[in-house]
Parts: sequence; C-alpha cells; structure tokens
Amino acid sequence: MTEKWTDFPATALKWEKRDNTMRIPVPELQEGIAAQQTCYPSKAKDMRAIDLPTERVPDWQARAIQKLQQLLERYRALRVYLDICAQCGACGDKCQFFLGTGDPNNMPVARANLLRKVYRYYFRPAEKILGGEAEAFNERVLREWYTYFYQCSECRRCSVFCPYGIDTAEITMAAREIMAEIGVATKYVTEVVAKVYERGNNLGIPGPAWIDNCQFLEEELKNETGKDIRMPVDEVGAEVLLVAPSADNFANTDTMMAYGKLFYALGISWTTSTYCNEGGNFGLFLNYRNLKKVNKRILDAARQLKVKRIIWGECGHAWRAGIYTNTLNGPMDFLDPPYPVHICQFTAEMIKRGALKIDKTANDDLIVTYHDPCNPARAGSLLEEPREMIRATCNHFIEMPANTIREKTFCCGAGGGLLTDEIMPIRMAGGKPRAEACRSTGANYLATPCAICKAQLPEVMKHWKVNVKVGGVHDLLSRALIL
Amino acid sequence: MNDVAMLWNVLAALIIGLAYLSAIIFVGGLILRLVLYLKTPVPLKIVQTPGPKSAPGVMARLAGDVLIFPNLFQADKALWLGAWIFHVCLFFILLRHTRYFLYPVPGLVVDWQTISVYAGFFFPVPALYLLWRRLAMSRVLYISGLPDYLTLILLTAIAATGMLVHYFARVYLVDVKAFILGLLTLSPVAPPQHPIFLVHFLLVCALMIWFPSSKLMHAGGLFFSPTRSQIDNVLYPRYVNPWNEEVPVD
Repeated sequence: MTEKWTDFPATALKWEKRDNTMRIPVPELQEGIAAQQTCYPSKAKDMRAIDLPTERVPDWQARAIQKLQQLLERYRALRVYLDICAQCGACGDKCQFFLGTGDPNNMPVARANLLRKVYRYYFRPAEKILGGEAEAFNERVLREWYTYFYQCSECRRCSVFCPYGIDTAEITMAAREIMAEIGVATKYVTEVVAKVYERGNNLGIPGPAWIDNCQFLEEELKNETGKDIRMPVDEVGAEVLLVAPSADNFANTDTMMAYGKLFYALGISWTTSTYCNEGGNFGLFLNYRNLKKVNKRILDAARQLKVKRIIWGECGHAWRAGIYTNTLNGPMDFLDPPYPVHICQFTAEMIKRGALKIDKTANDDLIVTYHDPCNPARAGSLLEEPREMIRATCNHFIEMPANTIREKTFCCGAGGGLLTDEIMPIRMAGGKPRAEACRSTGANYLATPCAICKAQLPEVMKHWKVNVKVGGVHDLLSRALIL
Repeated sequence: MNDVAMLWNVLAALIIGLAYLSAIIFVGGLILRLVLYLKTPVPLKIVQTPGPKSAPGVMARLAGDVLIFPNLFQADKALWLGAWIFHVCLFFILLRHTRYFLYPVPGLVVDWQTISVYAGFFFPVPALYLLWRRLAMSRVLYISGLPDYLTLILLTAIAATGMLVHYFARVYLVDVKAFILGLLTLSPVAPPQHPIFLVHFLLVCALMIWFPSSKLMHAGGLFFSPTRSQIDNVLYPRYVNPWNEEVPVD
C-alpha cells in the first residue's frame, strides 16, 4: 500500500443483510478526511500525445470559465442539473465513496456543488445575491475539483435515487473536461489514452507481444481441449472483429480463451486487431475529443479488416463508449445490423437458439453470484443477458441483496479512471459495499463482465476478507461448453 | 385629498407595479429558462437504464416522476412522505387560488374547496419537517445554503399569511377578486386595504421573482432531464449529436 494510507472510520461500520436487503450503515461526516487522496498528476509526454496542454496554462481561470460556458451550451444535462437540484440530499448516502469514507464532499450533491458554486459565481448572479454558495474558480477550488472529481467513478448510482434523475457523472465529466482543457489531469487516465494512440490498447501491449500471447493461449487451449482452437489476429475478411479489453489477453486469459471456444463452437470466423485491440475507452473519463478519437479506432480497424460485425468484449465502460460509436463516428451501416453488439448479448442469443451444447454440472463446484458493472446496468440496458448466461451454465446462482444489484448496483470502487494504486484507500473504501453484499451471499465465484471490476474486486475481496474468486461470465461458459 | 389617502394611492400604485414586474419576471424568466433547456443539445444517450422503450413509455415515466416521486421513494421513505405531502398541499392550494383568477369559478375548484383549505392549514407541517430535516441531519445540514432555508421559510410564510386572511383576519373576498381581475384585465384597481393580505401578496411577488433564478426550476426542469426523458433505445436508431462534427479527431 502507499504512504497515503488512511483508515476511514466509516469502513468499520457493520453491514447486515435482512430479508434480501442490505442494511446500509450511514457514516458520520468526517470533513476533509479524503482530501489528501489524490491521483498523481499527468506527465507532459502523455498530455502532448493526447492534444492537451503539457502544464497548467497561464490564463487557466479564464480558459476554464470559457470552457464551462461552452459545455453549458453543448450539454443540456449539465445546465439542467446545475440549475434544478433541490439540495434534498437523497443521493447523499447512495454513493459508495461517501459510504466508505464519510467525507461529505463524496456525497453526490456536495460533489456537484463544487462545480455548482463556480457556475453560480459566473452564471447565476441572482442566487449569489441571496446567499447561495458561490466561489470564483481559484486555486483552492481547483484543488477540490482535482481531488473529488477523481474520487467519483462516474457510476451514476446517485441518479437512480434522485427525484429528477440528476446524474453526477455528467457533472464529473464536465469538471474533468474543464480541467483537461487547462492542462490538469491524472497520470493514470492520460497515460492510458496515450498508450492507445501508441500501441492500440490501454495496457500498452505491443503488436508482436499480442500475437505471442494469442499463440500461447492457442497452446493452452490445445492442452486443455485437444482441439485446434484459434485466437486469430489481424485476419482480413473475418466475420467478426472482437474488441475486448486488452486485459483479457493479458490478465483475464480465461475470459479470452472462452471467446475462442465460443467462436470455435459456433464455427464463426473472428479476429482481433493489433491496431485496435482495446474495447475500453478512457477518453470517456477525460474529454469528448479523446472519447471520439479512441472510439474511431474501432471502426477504422473494422474497415481495414473488412469484417461484417464488431462485438464488444467483457468490459463495462467499453460498452458505454460502444453504444456511442454510432453517434461519435457513425454511421456504422457498413456493418451487418444489429450494431453495436455486446458479447453477452451475442452469447445469450446463441444459447437461446440452442447453438451451444452446455454441461451445467461442470460448474457444480461453484456458487455463483453476479456483479452488475455500473455502465452496462445503468447506462447500457444490459441486465438480463449475463444472468441468462449464468443460469444456462451454472446450477448454483445466487443474487446479491436486491438493493445492491441491477440498476442499484454498487460500483466496484475503481471505475471512471480510479483504478490506480496511489488512491488505494479510496478504492478499498469504495469497494466495501460491494464486498459486504458479496459476503452476504456466501458465493465462492463472483462473475462480472468488466475488466476494471476484474482488476479491482480481487483486491477489494482480499482487503475485506471475503473468500471469493472473481472472474468473467464467459469463464463459466468456457467450463461448461461441450466442444 | 388628505395625506393618508395620498400615501395609500402611492402605495397601491407601487404594489400594482410590483405585481406586473414580478409577473413579467416569473413568466418571462420561466419561459426563457425552459427554452434555453430545450435549445441546448443532448449530445449522447444518457438515459437511465433499464428505461422505457418508447415515447409513451417516457411520458409515463415522467408522469410518475411528477406525481409520485418513485426515485425518492426508493431513496428515503421519510423524505419521500414529507416531500410528497408538501407538494400535494401546494397543488391543492394553487388549485384553490384559481378562484381568484377565473370567472366563473370552475366546478372542480368549488368541489375541492374544503380539502384545499385543509391543505393550506396543513402545509406548514411538511414544510417545517423539511426545514427540521435540513437542520437536524448533519449530512443535509452540510449541503444546505441560505436559499434552501429562505425558500422553505418564504413558502411557509405565504401559507401562514394566507390562512390568516382566509380564517382569522378575513379579507373581503370581493375586493381581492376585483383587484386580481383588474390586474389580469390590465385595468388595475387598488388592492384591499388589509395589511396581512398585502404582506401575503408581496411575499408571493417575491416568490415569483425568485422562481426562475432558483432551484424551484425543478418544477419545469424535470422534463428536460435527459436521464429521465430519453428513450431507452441505446442501439437503434442512430442517435445524432448536432455538434459532433465540430470536434476534430485528426
């Protein structure tokens, strides 16, 4: 762990399950307790690579307000949400980062108020006159923004409990975009985007290493199944381009091999691309321009490889960015509809059609529970398909308490660009709700279709001493699939 | 004309002027704000999923949001109850007040007269609960600012003065209606010479002036909340961002 380790008193609170509902303990306010938990600032070379100022620009205050003005003109959500919040506080105890830290600035409404007070100062004079909190965009405010807008995982859980659907992720995204504009961003997010432009994926795996990994996985599959299951790379004319999170090729290899088995069983030709071997899109956590630019690589790869379909792999925010593909860089009409397609939708459909032979007993050693990643659940309408897959491949499936799943799912604690070690205390505190919900099921396998969750949750479970293995949804299929 | 009468005439003219000013600020400000919301693009699909798959479904979702606050119900039952009663009281109070604006008075308003009066009397209960909640719950206290308190106090004061002139220090209704209809027909007459009524009226003017610049905009703004008003068809048809081309990628 890092030197900045803090034990938040909030995490000592006891979580209990009663009648399939998690009783959620609300912490006492601990003002400023998370204020020191900041991400490392970006490096000049990464900022240069992604078209952002390499250091804070001299006229940063004026530029920031100009940018805020532009965003207000471009995003209805931002303008409406800054105006209409009634400050009722219903969202306060819904954010895993507030529940974990007790820092009042991690209440969604208070987080949004960090931007709202600046908005009021420059754009809403009447409220200022009547004593509404207003503050110029100064050094102190920038510091608050940098801290607390990078303690938000943009998971949108708060919006589900807001009477007006106010989505704090929209506020966080705006604040991050403004900061990026003046040259303020985090090392982790900017480094990842820069790696995509340089190497094609978030992990920075070079093309030859990617091909090596795929060959290695082919050998593994041969040893396991005795069959020649291919993990194709850069194959022009393949039917399907798979854009999985690059972590599947490198860390979550069971998931990657499962894709191979799936396409083998279906007899569908597929490929990955060394130009774009990444479904994830950290532009989503930074600014619109990089969101669009990273996203464009997927369609460019699809055109180069002349595929008929693009299938997104097991990654949460990749699916959110994936949904935007048609808007950002479409039309996608050079592909066969429907598009875009998530691998869970595809596989669930194939199972429904009876195209796969499955032996559920292969997973009888597992008691499986399912973690909804925030983006598929609350922004991607992907709730049923992973569950259908689990029911079709496992005999023992148990849901976590009702107020912690589906659209009310807790974030793993590291989405939205927070999966970086220097804020480990925030990650562990934010992951506590998910850990406790998981503990209450007694499951020994936590399935989730998201690479960030798969990287974060094992650490969370270890930290909070929940004895559960974390893995993909397709990993379960892989075990049960009869080839 | 004696001095007192002249002073009253000046005061009456000021009140009439303020009434028109606040009406212009309220209606104009509200329309400008809502048009601004309407004209601001929604670049990406940010609908809260799972959501309604069709336009009628969206209308049902929004109607539900206006009538029963389902999200708040999930979030906090006590707050939901307080807020819901608060708004239901407001609805009945506003409905009853149409009797001062409309001639003849609609049957519904006459039929619901009794319950509307009770709503007026009861209104301070949820309002004071909301105020108490702001002060008593540390996390709500933390986010509460002066406008949050002032809004609740203003509404409570309006309700209290309203009940006073209705029940305890009655104002002559014919005078009130003549005054309001005079304002509406642009041939204003002096307001009733009743101090509590005048306080009631001036507080309402203050509320109208305050409305478009404040969080009270949630009344119309809710309909423009993309997470609630978009259709959950995230894949098809293609969703177009009008300013997408302005962001270069090469």
